[in-house]
Amino acid sequence: MKTTPLTNWHQDHSGNMVDFGGFWMPLHYANGILHEHHSVREKVGLFDVSHMGEFILQGPDALSNLQYLVSNDFRDLQIGKARYGILVREDGSSVDDLLIYKTHEDRYLIVVNAANIEKDETYFRSQLKGDVNFENISDSVGQIAVQGPFADTLLKRFTDVELGYYGFQEDLLIQDIKVVLSRTGYTGEDGYEIYCKAEDTVKLWELFMASGKDLGVEACGLGCRDTLRLEAAMPLFGHELNDETTPLEAGLSMFVKLEKEHFIAQEALSTKPLRRRIGLTLVDRGIAREGSDVYCDGEWIGKITSGTKSPTLNQAIAMAIIKADYFKNENFEIDVRGKRLKAVRVKLPFYKRQGAK
Amino acid sequence: MEKYYATSHEWVMQVDDQHVRVGISDYAQKALGDIVFLSTHELGDSVSFGERFGDVESVKAVSELLSPVDGVVSKVNTDLEDKPELLNEDPLNVWIIEVEGQVDTSRLLSEEAYLALDKDH
Repeated sequence: MKTTPLTNWHQDHSGNMVDFGGFWMPLHYANGILHEHHSVREKVGLFDVSHMGEFILQGPDALSNLQYLVSNDFRDLQIGKARYGILVREDGSSVDDLLIYKTHEDRYLIVVNAANIEKDETYFRSQLKGDVNFENISDSVGQIAVQGPFADTLLKRFTDVELGYYGFQEDLLIQDIKVVLSRTGYTGEDGYEIYCKAEDTVKLWELFMASGKDLGVEACGLGCRDTLRLEAAMPLFGHELNDETTPLEAGLSMFVKLEKEHFIAQEALSTKPLRRRIGLTLVDRGIAREGSDVYCDGEWIGKITSGTKSPTLNQAIAMAIIKADYFKNENFEIDVRGKRLKAVRVKLPFYKRQGAK
Repeated sequence: MEKYYATSHEWVMQVDDQHVRVGISDYAQKALGDIVFLSTHELGDSVSFGERFGDVESVKAVSELLSPVDGVVSKVNTDLEDKPELLNEDPLNVWIIEVEGQVDTSRLLSEEAYLALDKDH
């Protein structure tokens, strides 16, 4: 099992450890998933996300390769800004979803899902063309997410830098630790993701834990990371997205730009998707989970990709990928262990923080 | 009265000549984490030893509840409909269902034996 620089810290602080994508990670700590979830919505939480992978792509042909392999358009991405996209195959299926940071002219930092690091590296290396250099730096990078309404207050104790949403700053010093500070996240709250050298990760984490005490900072595990991103309707690879699903089917059309000269999935993604992602809330008592079958007018139309009882809304919520013909319907039924529970379609996201765009 | 335990982490306790109450162990609630939903057999339904009588759902997952007794459901603890978290707060005093039936100690563990059980293997 792979570890992160913080694995020992988690184990020493009652982390309930699980295998996640081959990494030994905390699902939650002593206070439990609900407490951690509410801490992020109301205060501030720290997440060890060092398991995520990082690649560096650089060279004169870096941009053209990204344009060719990733669904979004990066031509107007400025240095100091990050953009989300989906790494796709020729048939439009998804290899992974990525966050791409433009650090210099012709140099990009690419952040990928932990479970897909090897697959993504193999895919990039098999596809890259021209004058471009690819490097997998995952093992030497630690990552901490600071998320919640007090995240900015906490960070401002260490730096004056002002970052807009999806902005970042390289080579920033937090005390004597060199970091990449990025105003991004995966919780639906304001917050930061901070990259540092693997050997500095524990020190940085302890700094935030100590400094944030008066703000109610809480160490948070992957359990609430999942409930938070689900409320914010953010896709999770392996659930909404997978090797058989296109970004269009996963409801990510706003990150698919076809007005590019050379794009590997140009043709495949030019036709209307046969499946679509929807949000559901349950009317009947119960909780729909991933894999539950979804019906409309008695007909099987798809499956739940993620589901839980939303801690913020106190209501059972779920995302499903269904046949596109039923996309506009309002009423659905979900099979939960043999019982058909009524559900209604709702607009995504389930939760949007106040003041969010 | 004394509680007896199934290896599937439910407890059962005789409350009078004809009725027992069923709950889950402290180990079970801890392992489940925050409990957010409960569904059980209803009044008048039969339950059988080792068979599913409901599901308990935490934020992270769903687990089956297995009956530690044979009999017929005579009461359901409706407090848990709106406050399933009571099972986390006081598992040994919060019962889930009451069953018309008898504790069969030959198929169950004493509290002492249950607590001594190596539950992680």
